[in-house]
Amino acid sequence: MSGIFEYNGGSIVGMKGKNCIAMACDRRFGQQMSTITTNYQKVFKIQDNILLALSGLNSDIHTFYALMEKEINLYNLKENRKMKPTTFANLVASSLYERRFGPFFVTPIVAGLENGKPILATYDSIGCKSDLDDFQVGGTGGNYIYGACEAFFKPDMSPEELEEVIGQSLVSGCDRDSLSGWGGVVYVLTEQKLTVKILKTKQT
Amino acid sequence: MQYLDNYLQSKGGYDYTNVKRNELMKAQGFKEMPFTKTGTTIVGVIFDGGVVMAADTRATAGSIVADKNCEKLHPLAPNIWAAGAGTAADLHHQCAHFNAKLKLQRLNLNRQSRVNEVITKLTTKLFPYRGHIGVALIIGGIDSNGPQLASVSPHGNYVYHPFQSMGSGSLAALGILEAKFQDGLTKQQAIDLAIEAIEAGIFHDMGSGSNVDVVAITKEGVDYRRNIRQYNAKSHQKQIPYQFPANNTPALRKFEFNFEKQELSEVGQEMEIVE
Repeated sequence: MSGIFEYNGGSIVGMKGKNCIAMACDRRFGQQMSTITTNYQKVFKIQDNILLALSGLNSDIHTFYALMEKEINLYNLKENRKMKPTTFANLVASSLYERRFGPFFVTPIVAGLENGKPILATYDSIGCKSDLDDFQVGGTGGNYIYGACEAFFKPDMSPEELEEVIGQSLVSGCDRDSLSGWGGVVYVLTEQKLTVKILKTKQT
Repeated sequence: MQYLDNYLQSKGGYDYTNVKRNELMKAQGFKEMPFTKTGTTIVGVIFDGGVVMAADTRATAGSIVADKNCEKLHPLAPNIWAAGAGTAADLHHQCAHFNAKLKLQRLNLNRQSRVNEVITKLTTKLFPYRGHIGVALIIGGIDSNGPQLASVSPHGNYVYHPFQSMGSGSLAALGILEAKFQDGLTKQQAIDLAIEAIEAGIFHDMGSGSNVDVVAITKEGVDYRRNIRQYNAKSHQKQIPYQFPANNTPALRKFEFNFEKQELSEVGQEMEIVE
């Protein structure tokens, strides 16, 4: 038995561009060495301008996403307005820290666009928010994707170039991780459009 | 019993619903992922008329550098700052919580916050948790009793001393402080000493690194210098940056969703009052 975070596997990555932001994830859902399905969703749309990517134990991914859906729906109903990405990033941090001594086994990445400015935040499993970097990774293949991101990343990329760079980083990283892969999905968010691209990788 | 859950939920504080499940998993042999720690070297130095605090900027998760430039100096009040070592999530959330608590108190009492208040509140919070909230803080500030510097350990112990260091690099920093500290330093001398102490931590301790942040607190105000020294700038530039042509990565399918530009406002629409 290895770690709880290695039970299901999976990798996620987020990257900032010029007035745009991208998120990518692999598609594998496994149980240790077996692969159960190759179309598991790990990036969720919270609002038109906010994406939430989750990696870790899949059951907690599902639970945590449902919790965040509930929070944002209640917020929209109570406040009668859309939630800002920085507010949502703080909400995720507080929700994780609330379970400090019985944490959810997830490492989220929040990506959003606030009046054109890209917002990207990542957390450890108990809510330490880290939002000053230009790219963030999570999941079992995260460390390998770090290396690819450091090499390929340039500041202020256009949405088309960002889509390529994040796709290549994800695929390069996941190739080195046995628990991630089986396809990839890239989400590129601009002020008026969300583009979703399902990548063709070695084993799709 | 639903009403009890609702009551506890609205009261705030920690949520323990996952604890039993997590203990069962640990018993089955699963290992948890390491939390982001701040490794860290932090120091505080009292000088003539104020306090200087300094910190490095590395956050680690196991042996990986999770954040190359995180902020470890947190404001608790306009005249009191905290430097933190330990579990990063605990530091961030506890400092934010105390900041808010002190602000409410200042609004209620119309008095400046004092360092000994902060120490008392912190230690009374930390002690019942038996060290499980992993915050090791150096609290420095200037109030009606003059400049003060104290350190608080995760178990709730506190010590007042003219110079302090905490974190994994504290021994390296303490060497510099013990050798070079004197009473009656000037502000610039204190800043230089603090930077030198952090440098020792950065170079000799694997858990500390990157840059140095400094804050100097005097009666006149707060002087916060983020990244006053940078030791870890990229020394090489990519000769030919990678240039990916468009549509280089093959795709199985592609979707596009258009939506309206988001109107983000502080306040929602005005309510309609219906008679």
